[in-house]
Amino acid sequence: MPKKKTKKLIDKNGVRIDGRELNKLRPIKLEVGILDNADGSAYIEQGKNKILVGVYGPKEVHPKHLAISDRALLRCRYHMAPFSVQERKSPAPSRRERELSKVIKEALQPAIFVKYYPRTSIELFIEVLQADGGTRCASLTAASLALADAGIPMRDLVAACAAGKVEGHLALDLNDTEDKEGEADLPVAWIPTLNAVTLLQMDGKVTLEEFEQLVNMAIEGCKQIYPLQKEALKAKYIAVKEEVKE
Amino acid sequence: MIKTLLCKVMNLPTFYERKQIVTPGDLLAENDYVAGDNTYKENGKIYATRVGLVDYDNREVFVVALKAFYVPFIGDVVIGKVTEVSLGVWLLDIKAPYPAVLRASDAFNRPFKPQRDEMPSIFDVGDLVIAKIVAYDRTRDPLLTVSDLGLGKIKRGQIVEITPTKIPRVIGRQGSMITMLKQETGCQITVGQNGVILVSGKSPEDEQLAVMAIRKIGEEAHTSGLTDRITEMIKNEKRDVEHA
Repeated sequence: MPKKKTKKLIDKNGVRIDGRELNKLRPIKLEVGILDNADGSAYIEQGKNKILVGVYGPKEVHPKHLAISDRALLRCRYHMAPFSVQERKSPAPSRRERELSKVIKEALQPAIFVKYYPRTSIELFIEVLQADGGTRCASLTAASLALADAGIPMRDLVAACAAGKVEGHLALDLNDTEDKEGEADLPVAWIPTLNAVTLLQMDGKVTLEEFEQLVNMAIEGCKQIYPLQKEALKAKYIAVKEEVKE
Repeated sequence: MIKTLLCKVMNLPTFYERKQIVTPGDLLAENDYVAGDNTYKENGKIYATRVGLVDYDNREVFVVALKAFYVPFIGDVVIGKVTEVSLGVWLLDIKAPYPAVLRASDAFNRPFKPQRDEMPSIFDVGDLVIAKIVAYDRTRDPLLTVSDLGLGKIKRGQIVEITPTKIPRVIGRQGSMITMLKQETGCQITVGQNGVILVSGKSPEDEQLAVMAIRKIGEEAHTSGLTDRITEMIKNEKRDVEHA
């Protein structure tokens, strides 16, 4: 028997299935420096997403022939844990994971001073522990924190957020159901001081006007995420300062 | 003349107070300021590149990083671990982005002869070595020497690691902190600029005390009144030991 679509994704008051309004982000929790063995690390919870990021480097490149003589090599692995989705995911890297690794790397590269450390590699490992839509954006948000935590010089942090079209409405930060059953999803990564978009993808169908609205909406989302990132980076050290004062 | 110039400089906009925590991308100052450590200038604006404490020195704006890795600098004394013994050279891990090279001829103090000289008898894999950086630039890996006073293999003591940017706090103003540490704990302390510190004392307890103090400095480097707090901590610990 075919499954009947029982619940509408957006009710008549413009409230979504998880109780959010159209232009609201999911609740975000950010933590920095939670792994002892990595040079830098960060953890993000965005709605039901749970993602852990670890950074190593800059260090020697292995194998050596991959080293670039005038800048650092940025390597990135986005990986979903087998238990991150409802149906067990094979732990082998899929086509989608390779793509995300590539776009995340390219979204972060402009923010890092790769020219400072030639012949080295910076390695980024992203583990999605639990996925609920918009993991590439959440991964990017956390990855830039992990890089900053590793002490790698950066022009700025990178904030990322998606916007999409669900049942004819434009909505910010889609969750898994909205992403799968909605019409379109458009993730954006944004570097505030450069005012540059370093990631822009889209699937689904929208009109040209809607596309522009969605890009602006996603950037507005990034603007909300950016201060949270700064706060998370400072929190680690401010805690020590206050402890000392007592 | 200089005074008026200074006043002018002081009036230029800066966006943070001294010693405030900043993160990458924070706008620190505009116009005539000079971009110092851990900052960059673009279109007349100076931004931070690392998490750290911002500070102003005359016209220079800089950030004292709270966490960073070691970047080799000629003349620095570092502590490294031997990772590889190959023909004529040792490779050492000095906690930098690049492996450091120590030539056999430098340690033997004469040309190296493979048929005669046993390299592992001098330094073997896993040995800790105090060495000085004699050459380094962005095209070559750092080159080390051990032919100077106080350099060579470490035979005893304990190792503490902290973030290299906090080494100045371990040494203190004109060596105030390190002198105090040595006096209060009775340990010999060798500070590697790469964040590796060797502590060797008469007893493991003395060493442990010094290690604890250095760790505390590493954790609380960005707070004020540090030397006093460390002195107090050492005194308390000592008293506890005596009572026990």
